[in-house]
Order: sequence, then structure tokens, then C-alpha cells
Amino acid sequence: MNLSKPALYIVLLVVIVAAPFLLPAYKTQLATLWLMIIVAMTWDMTGGQMGYNSLGNIFFYGTGMYVAAVITIGMVYDVGDYTNAAGGGIYAFTETQYFTGLVLGCIGAGLFCALSAILIGWPTFGLRGPYFAIGTLGMAIAAGELVSNWEWVGAGQGISMPNYPGDFETFKLLIYFIFAGVGVVLFIFLKWLYTTRFRSAINAIREDEDKAEAMGLRTLTYKLLTWSMAAFFVGIAGGISAFQLIHFEPLETAYQTINLGIFMVVCVLLGGKGTLWGPIIGAVLFHVVKEVTWNYFLGWQWVALGAIIIVTVVYFQDGLMGWLKHKRPEWFGIRVEKKDQIVTEPAE
Amino acid sequence: MSAIIQVDRVSKSFGGVRANIDISLTVEEGGITGLIGPNGSGKTTLFNSIVGYHPIDGGSIKFRDLEISKMLVPEIARLGLLRTFQQTRIYGKMDCVQNMLISLPHRKAKFLEMFRRYSSEEHERAEALLDFVGLYEKRYLQSGDLSFGQQKLLEFAMALMNQPSVLLLDEPTAGINPTLINGLIDRLKRANSDFGITLLVIEHNMRVIMNMADHVYCLAHGELLASGSPDEVQNDQSVIDAYLGAH
Repeated sequence: MNLSKPALYIVLLVVIVAAPFLLPAYKTQLATLWLMIIVAMTWDMTGGQMGYNSLGNIFFYGTGMYVAAVITIGMVYDVGDYTNAAGGGIYAFTETQYFTGLVLGCIGAGLFCALSAILIGWPTFGLRGPYFAIGTLGMAIAAGELVSNWEWVGAGQGISMPNYPGDFETFKLLIYFIFAGVGVVLFIFLKWLYTTRFRSAINAIREDEDKAEAMGLRTLTYKLLTWSMAAFFVGIAGGISAFQLIHFEPLETAYQTINLGIFMVVCVLLGGKGTLWGPIIGAVLFHVVKEVTWNYFLGWQWVALGAIIIVTVVYFQDGLMGWLKHKRPEWFGIRVEKKDQIVTEPAE
Repeated sequence: MSAIIQVDRVSKSFGGVRANIDISLTVEEGGITGLIGPNGSGKTTLFNSIVGYHPIDGGSIKFRDLEISKMLVPEIARLGLLRTFQQTRIYGKMDCVQNMLISLPHRKAKFLEMFRRYSSEEHERAEALLDFVGLYEKRYLQSGDLSFGQQKLLEFAMALMNQPSVLLLDEPTAGINPTLINGLIDRLKRANSDFGITLLVIEHNMRVIMNMADHVYCLAHGELLASGSPDEVQNDQSVIDAYLGAH
């Protein structure tokens, strides 16, 4: 097992690097797959590991888009004038301006979202269970509506991002590798984070928050930090999406509560909550199924999607990894008392 | 001995139900204090008031001369005043060792400590305490799979892991196999004598409380009925009447 693990990671890395070259026609699809993986893994940080099911993580995606756009445009032009002209090709960006915007925009989006998670988390983490889910959903919807009425950022018309200064295929490749890079960094970060006492603390909050409080845990600090870290990565993903999509608008693209906002939850449920690999496997499965149905069963795609959700929720409540955990607990390092074992009571 | 917890004329009502009426009691440092009374006499309410689960209507609660009646549960826990629950509460999907490790005290925890791994000393201490309560063999089992009695022992071990100065135990022997109760009494006494933890114990089992406590308070209908040494309380006519239902 120990020998094969580094080998597995090397193979995966090779696949990640080779994928857009082996499937050149699917570069954008593969980039979107990475987006799914990122939002699923970050959703699982609060939803799976900490037991707080947020339906509002899409807020950080949409906000990330807008922050990245405002930073990129604002460094060169007046944002209000720019959005007034709706892009229109009047405003040109040099290569340096474009790439500075791409880097600073995405990092700025991550930082802004991390900070806003702390500010929004302060009041919302007083809510528990379904109330937290609905509270965060309301926040995301409200944000979408507010932004769609905000003239300075283009209101309902949205924002057109500067065009990539170069070949379009190279652009797709670049976007793929930025998404993949962020995804790999996120994976390594979580793999490390889940070995620290931080994980025990957020798992304890999931298992019994009142007990955790009674034991003196600073539960609010843990909750805010977890959401803030998740928001950081979702914000960056939103920033990259803004550049990838070139044009975006508030309700259907940025704060798309009923699409990506729900997809990320479905990915995690499908793969298995509270595991490192579950969200990744779920995201891959979901994305493949979604694209296949969208292409070959057009008209039935939402029905297929609904069917997946129903089957998962009814028959595989713990997802694929949860089901495996139940069947083969030893693979996950969980020990189960064998039925025939003599139960020894604690010695006197 | 000096007082570590001073409850002074504490009252608490839930709507029309007066759960605690002007209750005053003192827990001596280093001792074992018992709290008895028939069902519904307000023992758990008093516990909840002390550890900050709900605001009190009147009176004062002091821990080492610090007023704690307006503090929050985790703040009080970090002072070293810990409670266990009548309905055992553990982290069911984590194994016993993980349950122990997350129970390490958070009093002095600095920010970056959240991102450290557990040291081998901490692992050893967790296993030593699991051994102390007799759960060493089961340390890697998911705690939710343990029997109720074992979960109670685990919760007790978790409380010890937290190194509290005072431990409030809500019916530690309820639901435990009678043959194991002697072992548990012994462990509670050792927690008191070896680890120096002051105990305040709610208990229905008179044999247990009379064996352990140096001072006993008896509540009935939300009021303090009697207090004194176990012998005095046991032979107090009003206590006997409260338990047997005389008017």
C-alpha cells in the first residue's frame, strides 16, 4: 500500500497534465471538471467534515467573479465607464495588463471571499441544520439580486472581460492548467489539513456541537476559519471562471444558485461526505453523467439529474465512499468488533 | 479546604415551573460533593445553571471568587469547570482515541496549535486514560458502537483528559451494569485523590453517593431540603419523606 501510493499520485499527475493534449476537443469540459472538483471539495469542508450544509457557497463563486473583474478592469480604467460601454471593444488591454489582472484578480477574489465568509459567518453560524442551509441560500440569492441592480458593475447586463491576447486554443489550455493547479493545491492543502487537530475539532462539531462547546472548544473560530478557507478557494475558482467565460451576468452565471450551487452538493452526496476522495470521485461521476445526458438525451437532462439525486438520497445516503466504508471498513482504517469475538468487559 | 464553587440564592424558572428556588450550596476544593433528590427536583437544572447552559433568574454563582453566572458554556469549560451529561454525549463516528484527543484542554491553545498534529505524549496519555477506565482494548473502535455503559466510561475518560479542576457528573452510574458500579466508584474516588479533581456528583444510587461523598445536598421541588454529611442526610426525616412521598 505504501509503495503503490506515490506511484498512484505520479500516474494521476501524468493524467492531469496529459489530459488536455490527449483530448484537445474537450479542453473546456476538462477545465469545468476541475471547477466541479474544487467547489465539491470546498463544499465538503463545511458540509461533510463539519456538518454545516451550506447552500450559499455559490455566493463566493459569484463574488469571486465580480471581484476579479473589478480588479482587472479597475487597474486600467474606470469600472463605471467600462461597464457603461459594455466592453464594446473600445477599451483595450495590453498583454501585461491582462496577465496582471488575471493573477491579482484571482488572488484578490480569494482573499475578498475569505474575508466575507468571516463577516457573513458571524451571524449565520448561529443557525444550525436546515436553518443554516436556508439562511446561506437566502444570502446567495439576495447577493445575486443586489448585484443585478448595481449599475457600477453592469447591473443585469453583466461584465465583459478583456479578451485573451493570443490564440484561443492556448487560452483554453491556460485556463485548464490554472484550474488544475488550484485543484491540486487544494487537494494537497486538505490532505495536510485533515491530518491536523483542526480536523478532529471540526469533526467533533459535526458529531455533537453542544458537547464540543461543553469541552471548551472555540467552536465559532473553527467554523469561521473552515468556511473562510473554503471561500478562499471558491473565490479563486470564480475569478478564473470570469476570465474563462469572457462575459458573465449576475443571476445565471455568477450567482447561479440552482445550477452550480446545487451541483456542488450533489457531487459530494454522490461521492460521499466527509472523505477526501469522495467529492473528487463524485464530481467526476456527476460531470460525466451530466455532459452525457446534456448531449445525448437533450430534453431529459433535468429528469436524469433529478433521478440521480433521488437514487443517491434514497439508496446511497453516504455516497459511494460511504457505501465502500460500510462494506470494507478496514480500507479506511476503521476497526469493527467481530461478531464472534468474546466481548470482554472492562477489567475491575 | 476552601470553597471552589459558591452558589448563592440561585433561582431559575421555566415558564410557570420553578425549577430552582433560592438555592445556595458550596463545593469544597478537593472534595466530593453529592447532590441528591427525587426526579424533577431540579438537580440537572442547577448543573446547567452552573456550567452556563442557560441564564439564571437571580442569585450568583462563583468559581474561585469569579462570577460565572453570565459567562458562556465554552468559557466556563476553559476555566476548568467541566460537566458530563446524563444522556451520554460522545463523538459517535470517531474512534475512542480520537474522542480522547479532541478532549485535550483548550485553555491555553494558541492560534497555530489548531494546525498541529497530536504529539506522541498526547497519544500516550489518551491511551493511559482509556486504560484507566478499562477501555484500552476497544480504543480503536468507533465510539458509537460501544455499549451505553462503555460510552459513559469513555465520556468520563474524556473529561479527565481535559484536566478540569472541577468535574460535574450527572448520574455517572445510571445505566451501568451493577457489577461494574464498584469499579466505577473506585475510579471516581481515584480521579479525586490521584488527579486532584474536585467532584460534584448527581446520583440516584444511594449506596454510591453515601460511599463517596463527604458532603451531601438534597433538593426537592426545586428547594434545598437538607445538607450535611452522608449519615446526617440519610437519616433526615424530611429527606426520607421527600423520597417516599409523605406530605
